[in-house]
Amino acid sequence: MTPSIAHPDRVEGWNRPPIIEPDGEGELLEVAMGPHHPSTHGVFRMDVALDGERVIRLKPVFGYLHRNHEKIAEGASYLASMPYTDRLDYFCSLTNNWAYALAVETLVGQQVPERAEYLRVILAELTRIQNHASTIGFLTQEMGASGTPLMYAFREREKILDLFEQLTGSRMMCNYMRFGGCRVDISAALLDEARKIVAGLPGFIDEFEALLSTNEILMARCQGIGKLKPELAINAGISGPMLRASGVDYDIRKVDHYGIYDRFKFRVPLGDHGDVYDRYMVRVLEMRESVTILEQALKDIPAGPIMDPKSKIRGFRPKPGEAYGRIEAPKGELGFYLISDGTPNPYRYRVRPPSLINLTVLEDMCLGESVADVVVIFGSVDIVLGEVDR
Amino acid sequence: MKTVEEIKAAIEVAVPGAGVEIVSNPSVSGQHSLLIAHSHALQVAQFLRDDSELALDYLSNVTGVDYLDKEISEKVKVTRTVTKTVDGVEQQVEETVDETRKRVEPGYLETVYHLFSVAKKHGPVIIRMRTANRTDQVEMPSLTPIWRGAELQEREVFDLYGVVFTGHPDLRRLLMWDEFKDHPMRKDYVEPDDFEYEPTAHDQVLERAKQHAAAEKAAIQEGAEAR
Amino acid sequence: MAVDQQLKIELGKQGVFVTTIEELYNWGRKNSVWPMQFGLACCAIEMIATTMARYDLARFGAEVFRPSPRQADLMIISGTVTKKMAPQVVRLYNQMAEPRYVIAMGACAISGGPFKQGYNVLKGIDRYIPVDVHIPGCPPRPEALIQAFMTLQKKIDGQPLTGEERPRHLNPEAQGEFPVPEQGAHDLEPTSNPGVWPIPVVIR
Repeated sequence: MTPSIAHPDRVEGWNRPPIIEPDGEGELLEVAMGPHHPSTHGVFRMDVALDGERVIRLKPVFGYLHRNHEKIAEGASYLASMPYTDRLDYFCSLTNNWAYALAVETLVGQQVPERAEYLRVILAELTRIQNHASTIGFLTQEMGASGTPLMYAFREREKILDLFEQLTGSRMMCNYMRFGGCRVDISAALLDEARKIVAGLPGFIDEFEALLSTNEILMARCQGIGKLKPELAINAGISGPMLRASGVDYDIRKVDHYGIYDRFKFRVPLGDHGDVYDRYMVRVLEMRESVTILEQALKDIPAGPIMDPKSKIRGFRPKPGEAYGRIEAPKGELGFYLISDGTPNPYRYRVRPPSLINLTVLEDMCLGESVADVVVIFGSVDIVLGEVDR
Repeated sequence: MKTVEEIKAAIEVAVPGAGVEIVSNPSVSGQHSLLIAHSHALQVAQFLRDDSELALDYLSNVTGVDYLDKEISEKVKVTRTVTKTVDGVEQQVEETVDETRKRVEPGYLETVYHLFSVAKKHGPVIIRMRTANRTDQVEMPSLTPIWRGAELQEREVFDLYGVVFTGHPDLRRLLMWDEFKDHPMRKDYVEPDDFEYEPTAHDQVLERAKQHAAAEKAAIQEGAEAR
Repeated sequence: MAVDQQLKIELGKQGVFVTTIEELYNWGRKNSVWPMQFGLACCAIEMIATTMARYDLARFGAEVFRPSPRQADLMIISGTVTKKMAPQVVRLYNQMAEPRYVIAMGACAISGGPFKQGYNVLKGIDRYIPVDVHIPGCPPRPEALIQAFMTLQKKIDGQPLTGEERPRHLNPEAQGEFPVPEQGAHDLEPTSNPGVWPIPVVIR
């Protein structure tokens, strides 16, 4: 196939990526990065056109992990899709569970007991911390810090996963939440262990920051790279830390008031440059805020039931209708859209994947940068392929 | 935030002849939606985005839905004039008969857009568009020029459902490979028969396993005869 | 040719160590298996966790993950192989130099796992390439991956260098290149490689 450096299908518009013409100095080259590439977090492909080292066009290619989650879910009962949601964003199975449970609860109007709400918040925030830590680990690995920050992140992640395993029976695929509550109750001993882990987290974040935040190489590689303007970020449906790093104050925990997030005091960190370094910094600060939420939640967690007594496991048939439920997952807005036709299976089951939609502006951020920066910008988006392709 | 009725009224003032209908949602979620006609879709979308009160600047989710052709059989009371012989005399008598009529309601493909406002922090406002049928008239205006967030998701709907978005800047398959011909998320999609059936198959899977085994047996017998 | 075990121990006490070329060669091979840095899905995260501080795959001489297939001995199929990805997986396997081994990690790589009913999911990578070790689990724990490594080491250790059972890289007649499936209009073509995977006949 001949390299197609030109843009045959380009449409002009303020929200389209700008067209960059080769300046004729460098060599024109088309490179397929992926689907097997050590920096693509799995099986993602970018067709990059280069003028010397400068990126003049970038087309992402998806679908190498398209596992037909939505089709399978339409042939299965509502509850049977819960384990599949674990495998969407396989770093954060518990937040996926929560988003799906929230959508079904919106559809049928179920209430969740207070203790279960607290449990959900605790688990979701622990998930957020381990996700952000690993993301930063992978980002630095792509800059050449081979292993060390990732080892620090995984050391802490293993502690959190141990807690998940003791509570839910699985390290990664927790399958823990149910419509109207949670599956098993947490014991007092386990709660104490959670408190111990949370008490150790600020120290870990301090250590992590001392290692990275003012590191000369990290600053040189991240500052001013991959800038994203707030107007474009909103228009392109970007969500999560990436949107907030561009300076847009939009956190669904604060906007939608889902769960019991109203009861906790926490701040929403915002960036002002919208570059890779801001995305890194927003994630570090979010980890600190998550620790604050965890401290409050672990202090206040009440006793009581963990399941809505009216909720049905067998013969669960929602009335015809539809509902969209969304939460602030570690990667962004994770939503589930369900259409029920009164049968035990959903008629339409749709996942709104934050990872996929955050990649909409990948080309805009990479154009004009050098090819080595593409890897760093891509790492700062924080994607998981299971969710991108579903 | 405004209710769906108020939004409908506002659209009709701003875009005359827009042809907006309310699709009510009977579930407790109460998320009603607005059905938009193709002809004015872009103007309506632009109004929703730029109106200072609504300010729906954030397109969150684009969903494709497939509705199959429905065969509706309904009982209709029909009054006819029948010639009957009553007491040896032919008479014109009116008679009411129950008749079962069958008609086919054409199916359609639907795209659902969930809109939110980052500026005003409200939502969702749900708009939907429908195609005329599922086979040859599957075009629909693309909303990517208004909200960039639709770009990849509309490509996904094109890939999996076969809705053709006119005005989309880069309409290619998103998830399946380019040579692929089918639209796998449609309800009548038949997937290739490469399933390995486990010994504990049940329900539909068992039915398919039996069919599969019969076909395999026939193939083996054919091979034996040929030898 | 095996050396008498008793004699070996006796000579060892005198400071004389006796071994065969076969034992020495296999000992070297089994303790320096270089896996390919190749993650597909969820299992890849457990694969990464295995190399990290707690589980430390380096103890088994296998911590050197190479991004290039040409420098790797072992391919860990860590996750779901989709039909879109299957040609690339077979091509990567073809690019690896002999001796090469494959671990199918997790339910998806073995059979399609929970996603078996999907239209885009390959029902097991052994339809196209030979697999040496299967590990069940969704995803398998890091301990399970270490177990698979030990099983593979045992297999390498037991391979005779001559005769019928010799490994493929010592057999000039052995098949080295495996056909890459094409992406057709509805499915992969062919749907399996009959030389590797005979279609099982289901008898009911």
